Amino acid sequence: MSQNTKRVRYVLKRLLQAIPVIFAILVVNFFLLHLAEGDAVDVLAGEAGSATPEYMAQLREKFGLDKPLPVQLVVYLKNVLSFDLGYSFRHGMPVTELVLDRFVPTLLLMVSTIVIAVGFGIVLGLLAAAGLNTWKDNLISIFALITYATPLFWIGLMMIVVFALKLRWFPTSGIENVVMFYEGWDRVKDIAHHLVMPTITLSLFYLALYTRLMRASMLEQAGMDYVITARAKGMTERRIMFVHVLRNALLPVVTMAGVQVGALIGGSVIVESVFAWPGLGMLAYEALFARDLNLLLGIFLLSALLVVAINLIVDIIYSFLDPRIEVS
Amino acid sequence: MNTSSATAPLLEINNLYVKLPAGAERSHAVEDVSYTLNNNEILCVVGESGSGKSITARAIMGILPAPHVHVDKGKIEFNGEELTTAKESRLREIRGGEISMIFQEPMTALNPVMTIGKQIDEVIRFHTKIKKRDRRERAIHLIASVHLPDPEQIISSYPHELSGGQRQRAMIAMALAMEPKILIADEPTTALDVTTQAQILKLIKELQQSHDTGVLFITHDFGVVADIADRVAVMQHGKIVEIGTTHQVLNNPQHPYTQSLMKAVPSLVPPAVRAISEQQELAVNKLTKTYSSGGGWFGFGAKARVVHAAQSVDISLHKGETLGVVGESGSGKSTLARCIVRLINAEEGSIVYNGVDLRPLNRAEMRPYRSKIQMVFQDPFASLNPRTKVGRIIADGPRILGADAADAERRAREMLNLVGLDDRAFDRFPHEFSGGQRQRIGIARALAMDPEILVADEPVSALDVSIQAQILQLLADIRERLQLSMIFITHDLRVAAQVCDRIAVMRLGNIVEMGPTSTLFKQAEHEYTRELLNAVPGKDWRPQASQV
Amino acid sequence: MSFWQLYRRNKSAVFGLIILCLVFIMAMFAGIVFEDDPFTLAGKPMSAPGTNGFLLGSDTLGRDVAAGIAYGARTSLLIAGLATAVAVFVGAVLGGLAGYYGGWVDDILMRVTEMFQTIPSFVFAILLVAIMKPSIQSIIIAIAVVSWPAVARLVRGEFISLRNREFIQACHTVGMSDIRIMVKEILPNCLSPIIVAGSLMVATAILIESGLSFLGLGDPNIISWGFQIGAGRTVLRSAWWVCTFPGVAILLTVLAINLVGEGLNDALNPRLRTRT
Repeated sequence: MSQNTKRVRYVLKRLLQAIPVIFAILVVNFFLLHLAEGDAVDVLAGEAGSATPEYMAQLREKFGLDKPLPVQLVVYLKNVLSFDLGYSFRHGMPVTELVLDRFVPTLLLMVSTIVIAVGFGIVLGLLAAAGLNTWKDNLISIFALITYATPLFWIGLMMIVVFALKLRWFPTSGIENVVMFYEGWDRVKDIAHHLVMPTITLSLFYLALYTRLMRASMLEQAGMDYVITARAKGMTERRIMFVHVLRNALLPVVTMAGVQVGALIGGSVIVESVFAWPGLGMLAYEALFARDLNLLLGIFLLSALLVVAINLIVDIIYSFLDPRIEVS
Repeated sequence: MNTSSATAPLLEINNLYVKLPAGAERSHAVEDVSYTLNNNEILCVVGESGSGKSITARAIMGILPAPHVHVDKGKIEFNGEELTTAKESRLREIRGGEISMIFQEPMTALNPVMTIGKQIDEVIRFHTKIKKRDRRERAIHLIASVHLPDPEQIISSYPHELSGGQRQRAMIAMALAMEPKILIADEPTTALDVTTQAQILKLIKELQQSHDTGVLFITHDFGVVADIADRVAVMQHGKIVEIGTTHQVLNNPQHPYTQSLMKAVPSLVPPAVRAISEQQELAVNKLTKTYSSGGGWFGFGAKARVVHAAQSVDISLHKGETLGVVGESGSGKSTLARCIVRLINAEEGSIVYNGVDLRPLNRAEMRPYRSKIQMVFQDPFASLNPRTKVGRIIADGPRILGADAADAERRAREMLNLVGLDDRAFDRFPHEFSGGQRQRIGIARALAMDPEILVADEPVSALDVSIQAQILQLLADIRERLQLSMIFITHDLRVAAQVCDRIAVMRLGNIVEMGPTSTLFKQAEHEYTRELLNAVPGKDWRPQASQV
Repeated sequence: MSFWQLYRRNKSAVFGLIILCLVFIMAMFAGIVFEDDPFTLAGKPMSAPGTNGFLLGSDTLGRDVAAGIAYGARTSLLIAGLATAVAVFVGAVLGGLAGYYGGWVDDILMRVTEMFQTIPSFVFAILLVAIMKPSIQSIIIAIAVVSWPAVARLVRGEFISLRNREFIQACHTVGMSDIRIMVKEILPNCLSPIIVAGSLMVATAILIESGLSFLGLGDPNIISWGFQIGAGRTVLRSAWWVCTFPGVAILLTVLAINLVGEGLNDALNPRLRTRT
């Protein structure tokens, strides 16, 4: 079987494996919805001020909430499959619409964070491993150790104090300066300017993680037999490090990058709320305060799907790095 | 003396000392080692584990695990050029160019994410200025020269796509890419099956002769030495104890250590036939075990792989007899052993012990028979729980059989004495013992159950040859004393010849031939048995076991 | 070498242990040093550090930041410790069973942990606390729920690699029961990775807890570091100390636990011991 067929089959297999996971998430989501005290009708009735029990029963019937649980589950799954995540009574909008609205800023933040965290993490880990036990290694390791222990929101706040309030280099919050009505490249530049601090804040923790992982992975691979072979072939240490060891050392880092995407979304809730970045995380924060559980669950679902999608991309990258991918 | 004259040796090592880091077992890995290697010669450096034979080779290449291990004193001259003080850049030219090396485990010695072609290409690119297309041609030519089929296909393959023997051939092709003057082979056949080993040895010899290469061949196996070496150096504890021509060292060893090693090598000539009772103790009939892997939750894109580890296997064991089960890796011999002790459930057939079929018995029904059939394992390091004291490891069995604590302890101490260990071993942890001692503990654990049948799965293959001889002697003693029947699994025909009364030869889950040991060795019927016998290293050499 | 001798060789691990001890002492003596409830208004609001008798300043309502940090240590350690204990217990039992028996038990566990790897765990924790209403119990449950799968995967892996070792097979040949093999033979051999993972998990739990209470999902009746920072962010411009010091407390505590975890790893894992 050629390497390409193997790769396609591997990716397809991972795609299929994601299906039961997504299904399980949907079921969990449904039960969380039910665990939540009260239902949408209570909320609606509460909003309306006074509602008679008859009226509420009528509403329940309308929404199908009087049906037995399995029936409701089927209805829920059907709704989700037709992109109907329910209605946010607080915002007076369908959840799907709300969530999709906020999706792009989050994606922007995620992508820039992944690129920075993984990219710099690999480079720093490599540098640390290459200069094992030198000042470079020690400095990088201490930096990684400290950022690994710092809560995201605190880094965000401290950055605001220093870089926004004191030095005035970056704006404190938001995605763009709305009053300026920038267009074209100016707008892109403005958004990029706003993106810097949230990205750095969210990146730092993962940057530390990947740096540590990359360093450990490089050191582990450097002890492998094939390194001795390469040395016995007369290769330079540089080539051994950057050609032989590097590619093998990348494998666990790439795997980890996939695993950490979920955590990254969790982090973005905090970072977005600190910087008032109008993405899904910010929306979640608002929903939390408004006790808009329906919306919160919609965000949860979408972010899980996002993780599945990013994991799939990671799998594809992995299949190019490791020829040993197993099809069976 | 003119060191660069034509008669000077290719490689000359003088009084070499290699320092070990503080806290190691001894201060030097290699002490005062001197030897020479000539053109067109195979020098075997032979020794048991820890003798320093590999370290010397790495010192020559300048690839010692620096900075912990380094050359302390001494000289290594290659064609008159001093290597211990040579510049790193010059050493890089030499490595892979003039001296190259192959290793024991080709799977880990090759980069798993790089194609074979690229790994060979790298060598040529580093040592020459040949163009890419010509390099490719040369790589293909090299692959062909080590007799690998379809070289075009091989150079675009990854290591995991080849078999063990193919990987070692690719490794050799890579090592010979620059037509080096010296090839250092560090136990290159140890990880291979015996038939593959024979082929690789033949290949090395063939290439050595056609290229006039000097080969430094490191091994622990005197059979291999007998087959391949022109001269032999024997190492012990970092020192060379004896050096000479193959004939001298193998047939007329001078040093007591070499003599004891020679004596420990089992002879291929079976000893006199023992009288065995006619009473059948165990009968395995039509035993079948199939493994299937893959498939997964959604069989998509994956064909379930089915391995027939045992296909309708029939064997019988008489009272007091030792039956050898011989085969290469993947033959199913270990699976058979594990089916008999019910570690694995066979799906078909019967295992009849004293008239009772054990195969379908469940856990509770099996209990009365458990103790009767006991097992001795291969790996002395993996077979004892590192967190449990030796006494408890042995006493656990009797306790489960219902003995009270005091009785079980008494029994455990008794067994320790029986296998030749001190009573004090009782309160120690396994890591305080050597490999041979651990194997004794493993045997004691099995014997504590008072078994009738002992199933020994490669019990000596992880041990050095001198320890191996001691354990085999112990097993023979116990067999006599306790009137045990034994099923002895091994890949080593020398061991089988000495230990077994009858031998069953397994291949791909089938028994291809079974018969009395002496008959089998004299006139094997099946082609595969003959192939195995022919592949035994050093088959024409008779270690003089009787000579003292 | 004794465990302590091995541990002591890692200097930063000793440093971590000292800090951790200090945090413990601070938590224990919080009630003696600061007699009042940390929620009480102790003096002039927004006092800078060192003024009006406030060592680390006061917040918008005049609550003592230092007292909050001391009492907050209790909250953090209590929640992180209990949540980790629950997660490790559940994870070890399920992971052990799945690893030992394999088959469908294992299949189900693997799907469940895969699902947990997919869902953003912090968002899941937010949801759980929001649904259960914020309280100490709900936070502990939420953190344990999102943490156990990692332990389960770890223990499962260890059990799988150990269950086919020859010394375990030897236990089968003498007829030892499954439960005894699991508890007395396999478990002692994978305690070190469990201890190390557990100690690192305490650090993560502290971060999750502080994140939750920062978002306003803490137990409203109990002071915590995350809550202090969340409450102070509105006055970031005028009273930086309200946010800063509790953050330092989190940073130091988590750092200390990570260092201790690494030290345990070095001391318990003989394979890595030789590495410099």
